Amino acid sequence: MIHKFSLFGTNIVMDVNSGAVHIFDDVAYEVLEHYENNSHERIVELLSPKYSSEEIDEAIKEINSLKAEGMLYSEDVYEETIALWDQKPVVKALCLHICHDCNLRCKYCFASTGDFGGQRTMMSAEVGKKAIDFIIRESGSRRNLEVDLFGGEPLMNFEVVKEIVDYAKSREKEFNKNFRFTLTTNAILLNEDIKNYLNENMQNVVLSIDGRREVNDKMRYRVDGTGCYDDIMPKIKDMAQSRGQDNYYVRGTFTRENLDFSEDVLHLADQGFKQISVEPVVAAKDIGYDLREEDLPVLYEEYEKLAYELVKRKKEGKGFNFFHFMIDLSQGPCIAKRLRGCGSGHEYVAVTPEGDIYPCHQFVGNTEFKMGNVMEGKLNTDIQEHFKGSNVYTKEECSKCWAKFYCSGGCAANSYQFNSDINIPYKVGCELEKKRVECALWIKSQGF
Amino acid sequence: MKHVKTINGSTLKDSLKKGGCGECQTSCQSACKTSCTVANQSCEKN
Repeated sequence: MIHKFSLFGTNIVMDVNSGAVHIFDDVAYEVLEHYENNSHERIVELLSPKYSSEEIDEAIKEINSLKAEGMLYSEDVYEETIALWDQKPVVKALCLHICHDCNLRCKYCFASTGDFGGQRTMMSAEVGKKAIDFIIRESGSRRNLEVDLFGGEPLMNFEVVKEIVDYAKSREKEFNKNFRFTLTTNAILLNEDIKNYLNENMQNVVLSIDGRREVNDKMRYRVDGTGCYDDIMPKIKDMAQSRGQDNYYVRGTFTRENLDFSEDVLHLADQGFKQISVEPVVAAKDIGYDLREEDLPVLYEEYEKLAYELVKRKKEGKGFNFFHFMIDLSQGPCIAKRLRGCGSGHEYVAVTPEGDIYPCHQFVGNTEFKMGNVMEGKLNTDIQEHFKGSNVYTKEECSKCWAKFYCSGGCAANSYQFNSDINIPYKVGCELEKKRVECALWIKSQGF
Repeated sequence: MKHVKTINGSTLKDSLKKGGCGECQTSCQSACKTSCTVANQSCEKN
């Protein structure tokens, strides 16, 4: 399987199964159009009014040679390899819901403004420590373990954050584990002490802000309805600066109300941020701000505009990283990881303030997916096996898709939310992901 | 080659040889909490 597209005058050809990526000149690109269904002579005949027969001949030979080297039209040999990696499931990453409460009431919050559809509750240190015991026990021989300190707003329960981090670190040596912590915050409660603590203890910090003031404040407001931009922007800037503009993300969400989201990304870049992630909202159909299929052409243009501007700024020495355009072609994840994706429900689970275990933060509250409780320590292995068994080949749409090894089958929660089945992907999400991968490959083709 | 410039080789197929250790970052943990991108993660062995 190959995928080819042209963007800003560059013809890019990807060999899906080998991972090879090529830039084709116009003659080779047109030859490729006819390559599979025509003989050498016929291709020369078809294109000779436009190109010289010598050029067409050369291009055909180059394509033949790439094919022979396994870098074009290569076979998919991975489905049978899944079994090789099919070992006992391990849990190696936790999303700890430190607090099911929030000091903001963001309109689009998938956590129902912090409470995940339940009571506003705080995780106790006891539950947090049990969760750490749980991941140590369930992670087998995996050394690197990740814990995302998540909410609601985790800084509303900061003392417990500290207790959990101290506890995890105190267990590292005995069990030969290396904990990596991420904290996701809306920055409202950030202060000098918390900043210093986070810089000493968190490998990554995710700071929520949507972009331009008017866009942010329309969605991200306090209980009294006032926007938070003016309060959080200076704190987030200071935090990013104090981390040397690395190992953090400013993270925003765009909705139908700011389809021109490239302006929000560039606004964040203009504020000096170097690590930026702005993602499409996932919202109930027809809620108003949900993204729809009819919005796709505008969103494609926005991604293209952003890719173009990103390359321009990189050339000027003013570049930044946009999370969804970052693709590590040569040293990215191995094929084993690419077949299964984020690992939700088997390698990665979420734990609520009460200690309940769910496949990920987006399933929290849907009791059908409750996998157990860390206080009891037992895991529903049926749910775990169901998620583990899901891969790009169990999803019919994905198995035919050229982008399957880049998105790895998409988000199980999105699939379930829209299609009541983790194996049927969410269409709008897929289309946006494909456009992002194309833009990312174009950025690579420009040398960045 | 005159008409084709290869910017990446068969890295996916090559990763079959060393893959599957599972020590890498979980993709959802970094900055995407509502959409999935895996290809931007790094291999722990590099």
